[in-house]
Amino acid sequence: MRALLAMAALLLVGPGAAPAQTERVQVEIRGEAFNAPALTVKPGTTVTWINHDDDTHTVTSTVDTFRSPGLDPDETFSYTFTKPGTYEYYCTLHPLMTGKVVVTPERSGS
Amino acid sequence: MSDERGLDRRGFLQCMAWTGTGLVWSVVGGVPGSRTLGPGRAQAQGAGEGWSFVQISDTHIGFKGAANPDAMGTFEAALARIKALDPKPAFVIHTGDITHAQKAGAFDTVSEALKGVGAERTFYVPGENDVFADGGTEYLNRFAAGGSGRGWQSFDYRGVHFVGLVNVLNFKAGKLGSLGHEQIEWLERDVAPLAASTPVVVFAHVPLWAVYPQWGWVTEDGAQALGYLKRFGSVTVLNGHIHQIMQKVEGNVTFHTARSTAFPQPAPGVGPGPGPVKVPVEELRGMLGVREVRYAPGRERLAVVDTPLA
Repeated sequence: MRALLAMAALLLVGPGAAPAQTERVQVEIRGEAFNAPALTVKPGTTVTWINHDDDTHTVTSTVDTFRSPGLDPDETFSYTFTKPGTYEYYCTLHPLMTGKVVVTPERSGS
Repeated sequence: MSDERGLDRRGFLQCMAWTGTGLVWSVVGGVPGSRTLGPGRAQAQGAGEGWSFVQISDTHIGFKGAANPDAMGTFEAALARIKALDPKPAFVIHTGDITHAQKAGAFDTVSEALKGVGAERTFYVPGENDVFADGGTEYLNRFAAGGSGRGWQSFDYRGVHFVGLVNVLNFKAGKLGSLGHEQIEWLERDVAPLAASTPVVVFAHVPLWAVYPQWGWVTEDGAQALGYLKRFGSVTVLNGHIHQIMQKVEGNVTFHTARSTAFPQPAPGVGPGPGPVKVPVEELRGMLGVREVRYAPGRERLAVVDTPLA
């Protein structure tokens, strides 16, 4: 069910239906770590985390902006970042697993 | 608690039974042969007969990883080991990660199954897998309703003082697990009236000593808590979390971590992280297990006996 919800989230921002600047980026969870611990994206980017570990992990904002359920092996979680800012997150089961997404302000004419 | 200082020890303990730790005391009163007495008299009562309890840990019911596709099956094998013990253990202590990531029904599965192992009751402390999704609401409602604090507890059994500590409710990004001031202050008050000759058993999920901080295998303020136990002649610390047996002796304190019944984890620092280790299927049960702790009259230290599932 979680995977389906994540899929649905991906479809919503799929090609054709999305604004020009929409991008999708994937962060892999492997070896009890986020493989892109500091990610810089444009507003409108959908980030999808996929858990390649054998253990369960979460992707949880430190200020509760987003909060995944427990992600079992191969499950994903997606969140679309619309506003510029720095979004720090961690795994609530393994709090030493941390990461952040930096959403840069949009620049006109780029 | 200063009001009680003037009472004798037994009076003080009885007072506590009505104020803070009374829940546990009254339940322990239901264990056959248990004695809710002051330490001196309780030890006299226990003289001449040994007894035991069981530690089970990290059952992770709901685990679906490749390291053990049948965590329920290995849990049942662990139950069979406990049922086969003769004499029966007085009680069971579950040192957390009862469920894997709070999977639906898993608390029921474990608590109901442990009612059938021949012990009078099971005492629980939570692991992070039991509290991560809801901040501990379900766990505390099930296992700590009416108790003092947030799941921490103490009780006495035949002259041995047991303390269950909770070190998984303060997880924050980039930080290690901790007990927190409120709990440490409670611990200080809890053990203050005990004679230094009272054997003390402390149980908690994450190791209270620094096994491997780089993987979070430590309790940030564990040393502070242990400071209140240094004066005791025999302290046994039982932890889970790291899914393997490790031991350490520091003064009169003996530390033990337990096997899981679900899956093994790597030795500290071996491999990229502390995740489940997949071993050949014929080796798995040899790396899982349960623990029996025996108390023999006249011996200060408790005997810790680990039994693998195969």
